[in-house]
Amino acid sequence: MLSALLILIAALFFTGIINRTKSMASGRKGPGVLQPLFDVWRLFRKGSVYPATAGILFRVAPTICLASIFMALLVVPFGREKGLLSFSGDFVFFAYVLALGRFLSIVAALDTGSSFEGMGASREALYGMLAEPAFFVLMGSLALLTGHTSFHEIFNALHLGSWVSYALATLATFVLVMIAMIENSRMPVDDPKTHLELTMVHEVMVLDHSGFDLGLILTAGYLKFAIFGALIVNLFIGMVPTGYAIPLFFLIQGGMAVAVGLIESFMARFRMSHNPQFITVLTSVALLVFFGVLLISGRFL
Amino acid sequence: MDFISIKNNSALPLASVPELDYHTFFEVNTSLMRGDPGRHCATLHGIPEKERVRLLCAIADDATGEIHLSTSVVSRDQVLRSMAGEVPACERFEREIHENFGISYTGHPWLKPVRYPFDRADRSQEIASYPFYSMESDELHEVGVGPIHAGVIEPGHFRFICNGEQILHLEIQLGFQHRGVEALFLRQQGVLQQVMLAEGIAGDTVAGHTTAHSMVREALAGVDAGEGAAFSRTMALELERMAIHTGDMAALCTDVAYQLGSAVFGRLRTPLVNFFQEWGGNRLGKGLIRPGRNQFPFTPQLGTRLSAILDAYERDFEEMSAMLFNLPSALSRFERTGVVSREDLLSIGAVGMAARMGGLTRDIRSSHPSLWYPSLAHQPVVKHHGDVYSRVQIRRDEIRQSMHHVRQLLEQIPDTVESRILPEIMAPGRLALSLVEGWRGEICHCALTGPHGELRHYKVKDPSFHNWMALALAVRNNEISDFPICNKSFNLSYCGHDL
Repeated sequence: MLSALLILIAALFFTGIINRTKSMASGRKGPGVLQPLFDVWRLFRKGSVYPATAGILFRVAPTICLASIFMALLVVPFGREKGLLSFSGDFVFFAYVLALGRFLSIVAALDTGSSFEGMGASREALYGMLAEPAFFVLMGSLALLTGHTSFHEIFNALHLGSWVSYALATLATFVLVMIAMIENSRMPVDDPKTHLELTMVHEVMVLDHSGFDLGLILTAGYLKFAIFGALIVNLFIGMVPTGYAIPLFFLIQGGMAVAVGLIESFMARFRMSHNPQFITVLTSVALLVFFGVLLISGRFL
Repeated sequence: MDFISIKNNSALPLASVPELDYHTFFEVNTSLMRGDPGRHCATLHGIPEKERVRLLCAIADDATGEIHLSTSVVSRDQVLRSMAGEVPACERFEREIHENFGISYTGHPWLKPVRYPFDRADRSQEIASYPFYSMESDELHEVGVGPIHAGVIEPGHFRFICNGEQILHLEIQLGFQHRGVEALFLRQQGVLQQVMLAEGIAGDTVAGHTTAHSMVREALAGVDAGEGAAFSRTMALELERMAIHTGDMAALCTDVAYQLGSAVFGRLRTPLVNFFQEWGGNRLGKGLIRPGRNQFPFTPQLGTRLSAILDAYERDFEEMSAMLFNLPSALSRFERTGVVSREDLLSIGAVGMAARMGGLTRDIRSSHPSLWYPSLAHQPVVKHHGDVYSRVQIRRDEIRQSMHHVRQLLEQIPDTVESRILPEIMAPGRLALSLVEGWRGEICHCALTGPHGELRHYKVKDPSFHNWMALALAVRNNEISDFPICNKSFNLSYCGHDL
């Protein structure tokens, strides 16, 4: 219960902080931190316009996307507190319920028959496919290390370890942060600010969504970032009492948002053909964690 | 002689231009251009003469600084041998002649419409049914962009044939922005009306087009606007180049999602265009250049002000350039993206910056200098790789060069403030031609007066006319996601092409 509540609160500010950081880095005053919420609220009061070529899938996709995010949110624990749902193998549930949302948004994009959205859909599918092994190798290694298969148990057991587990946690953090960047279509893989359809990945897929539906998609995006942020926080707060863990949670989430904003201000995005290479590297790093785990647990020989 | 050679910005009686039969016209002009990169066709167009059409070809010769003119009178139903078969750069000129007068060509690759003018020869051709090149394959897909674009820019349609993410072919269809500028020149005979039309040819090249127009007008009237006007025009051309190049560097940073570069270069453009406002009352330089007069003399006070602006500009520009050109993520986007070979540039007749970035030295400022350029001893900046990186580099280097030129000019501000009013009536039956290096490249204005000294024909050629083809070639075999940055690196004009 606590984790769901905290994630919801973090989601309120996350995108706003990124945007504010970016505007300050480029010497602008920028919109308020709550502007993304106002945007969504404005969209929620509007009707949607549907393309004549699109069918029922296009209409239900935004709702299912948001629902899948909420489902994923349920299994994320917070330190010693379990998530609303917790069962063995829940990280598999987590990954595939998010994949379900992605699948629906891909299908909805194809449903419009637009060549732009088709390109975006193929890119999104490719990156999702390449990022999946990284997540599973990582979570599998942690499961192997701890001997548990649910988020809550894995994270709690992880912190009973030594400095070595913190070293592994650092690598795991890197992988999770980068997966979060890919999942949320941020730089360096995708540029959320671009107005050029030909270079977009996620943005082009939702070009035809409008009004209420667009509001749902934006909400799903805000939540997704906060969920990944919460996973990363969990790597570190297993031992920390809940009273200290809550400020730490917001500190790490806020730090991550600022870091995202700074990355997006001071570098250019990747060339599209470099993205698959970059994402594949994440799997290699995850494998490093895996071999680390094998070494620690003495199963290497 | 089969042709007559004139200097840039001069007028001559139309009767003194050799009139050849089409066969000789073809041979003379193709043999002038074939195999010599130093000669290119500045304009080839038709002038209607009752039932017949007079073709006029102007070939700019970089080695001698002359322009070789020849004409040929043909009838509208004649089938001519296409010069594009020998010199591909003539391809678009011949399409235009075909569209306007219905003259057919043999050996032309594809006589597609160029811009669908209202008085075109074949009114059954409509912009909605443009004949695109297409490929039949299950493996390939077509992507159509425009004519309405995501950014609020001008209209143009891009049709890609792609194999997955890879572009195999791009066809650019223009004409949506056609306003009938050339026809309006004949309807609006007032000096002020005409120069204001010239200002509207391309909103980002106001100094370039108004200078070319003024020079043509002055040549036809046989007057000289004087030293002060020449100074102001040179100054305006170089400042315009700096301002637009800076803005383009900002736009290139935006397209690779480099926010810092986008913000800083965008800010640096502002003091330059604001200086135009201070000088002539318009940020785009409208109203600054007028035929026959020096509307806004460049005073020493303005010079002091500009000097301060440049000092502040240079510091920030150099710092930001150093950051951009040392940023691996940006360089990885620029390098080896959108390459056009020198051979391709030569064959399509690319001009200006787009030619110089691929090793082709074409610069009117050094080959056909006028205004104050002879005293500036301008040396063209040439890059050799023909990729986006070369186009970013050439912008940086031309900004530095223009800054140097402007500073040189500031040391010799003329104090002669002459102001002459142009005679409304120009000499009858004369032809004038002006080549001006705008920031994009060679601008060609060509005018002909009728029996009463009124304008009888006016022809404009913007550098974009040929350079659009360079973009279409640049994106081949590139990723489709790199198209926007290729497009921005050329930054061609839709309205300059469509007229």
